Amino acid sequence: MSTKSKSIQNKSSDERLRKVSKLKVLLNRPELGALGGSILVFIFFGIIAGDTGMFSAYGTINFLEVSANLGIIAVAAALLMIGGEFDLSVGSMIGFAGICIAIPAIYWGWPLWMSILFAFSMAVLVGYANGILVVRTGLPSFIVTLAMLFILRGATLAITRLITGRTQVPGLRVLVEDDPIAWIFSADAFKFVFTWLGSLGLIELRQDGTPLATGIPASVIWWIAMTLFATWLLMKTRYGNWIFASGGDKLGARNVGVPVGRVKISLFIGTAVAATIYACVQVLDAGSADTMRGFLKELEAIVAAVVGGCLLTGGYGSAIGAAFGALIFGTVSMGIYYTDVDTDWFKVFLGVMMLIAVIFNNYIRRRVTENK
Amino acid sequence: MSDNLIEFNNISKFFGSVIALKDVTMHIKRGQIMCLLGDNGAGKSTLIKTLSGVHKPDEGEIIVEGKKTVFDSPRDALDMGIATVYQDLALVSLMSVTRNFFMGREPMKGFGPFKTFDVKKANSIASERMGQIGIDVRDPSQAVGTMSGGERQCLAISRAIYFGAKVLILDEPTSALGVHQASVVLKYIVKAASSGLGVILITHNVHHAYPVGNSFTILNRGKSMGTFNKKDLSREKLLGMMAGGEELDKLEVELKEIDRIVKN
Repeated sequence: MSTKSKSIQNKSSDERLRKVSKLKVLLNRPELGALGGSILVFIFFGIIAGDTGMFSAYGTINFLEVSANLGIIAVAAALLMIGGEFDLSVGSMIGFAGICIAIPAIYWGWPLWMSILFAFSMAVLVGYANGILVVRTGLPSFIVTLAMLFILRGATLAITRLITGRTQVPGLRVLVEDDPIAWIFSADAFKFVFTWLGSLGLIELRQDGTPLATGIPASVIWWIAMTLFATWLLMKTRYGNWIFASGGDKLGARNVGVPVGRVKISLFIGTAVAATIYACVQVLDAGSADTMRGFLKELEAIVAAVVGGCLLTGGYGSAIGAAFGALIFGTVSMGIYYTDVDTDWFKVFLGVMMLIAVIFNNYIRRRVTENK
Repeated sequence: MSDNLIEFNNISKFFGSVIALKDVTMHIKRGQIMCLLGDNGAGKSTLIKTLSGVHKPDEGEIIVEGKKTVFDSPRDALDMGIATVYQDLALVSLMSVTRNFFMGREPMKGFGPFKTFDVKKANSIASERMGQIGIDVRDPSQAVGTMSGGERQCLAISRAIYFGAKVLILDEPTSALGVHQASVVLKYIVKAASSGLGVILITHNVHHAYPVGNSFTILNRGKSMGTFNKKDLSREKLLGMMAGGEELDKLEVELKEIDRIVKN
């Protein structure tokens, strides 16, 4: 005993502390797979489509924007998945949030900012409903949110048709211009950089002399900000520890005083709010709300989170991983247009990638929990 | 009298018409290990749950450091310094040693909305605490899943002590462990008691209980068969008093009988 504790006090000379290389430490990180996958994808398209304009300023902004849209919901889905639950209603929430913005703004004459706030409060409500149902009934979140998927999509369609007689609500673009908060979701950032690069002739210009890519889309900023925030939450806060604990072992966490129910409910609110951010970006950018917007996005978000290293059983994963998962998704879905490959193959790629990711994650989990 | 950390006087607990516990009395002193022995169904679990505030006793009183107390919830018991380490240990195997150690009670730094989990401090406390009990935490950020069963048990006990336990209730801490691992855990329990804690060790393994216990309470079918000091009790007598003892004697006689018949 005494020799052992001595060796612990003098940590540097602990003979039982195996020297672990930086690489091995990295191998145990959940986001490794997605990071490696992203690099592979970029190398692949760099070789295949390097000279096609995919990696021009305009092309890059394009695939980043697709990645960002998915990334916004994937990061929230990843947090929820680490907390041990799923949210299949994300896609329907996007459509629902879209009409929550458009109908009050167009048909009831609300100012746009008010309809945006209205959409967010509806999101909190839906997320809370999902959360409280899962926590109180103990039913699998898969079933509860699957029900919510149909309820929300159906309600979106029914309400929209009832009020407008159609399934699309156009006419928002004019309202965006002088709204005090709409720019948060629609303005391009760093425009001056792009104008400057354009004036130097470094990026492509339109015929009128303005650059083809006008700036970094708001969605990309949201994506990066949300990833950083979620990572900070997970790694550096008490709440982050509670998320891991709630997903890792619900009962154990509860026994030591973690408010598991509250954590889960807040995570459900998180995914619904993220869906609403997605909806704001899309609706304000397109200038119209569509009842089918966000269709199947919940599954894509889960793919991104899983590719990013989240375990389906909860308790393990990372937000950065989910962001990279979304990046792979966006890069391939746009990049495929620059190759000779038929775009039909994209879904095949998606499925194969998910399978590889799940097998890889399973192996990582064994490494983490079973190496003695 | 006042050296009793906790007294349980004539505790009874009924579930409908079932008498789960009847008139159980136990006194736990500072620095002593009280072993609670009993076969399956003797009422050990019910008693633990009553001690830790999950159940309220229907009769009898609980006296903590001289004051009569009623536990409304496990939280109440915990606030009084009565910590229970259940068999599932409340550890998350995918999380690191540090994150488990401070689960639900994370040390914070900073102020206001910028309060963050002080990972550095948590790491150093966790590895220091584990070091004190002779467990080399090779790396406090390693997952608990990589630890052995005995190490996990020690981690759970060490956590309870760090967060101010005065009385430790240990539910079958050695039941799933091998011989060596069990002895490591038992050694740690003795060490914890010698630092002034009261320990209630629940087990059905006499061979684990006898070497470490100062006194022994035997439960049988919901009733206490009495509390005995170690000096008044031999290991064989203790074995005999547990429900299994008599039956084992009977079994031996029967086996001899069968043996005799077969030989003839």
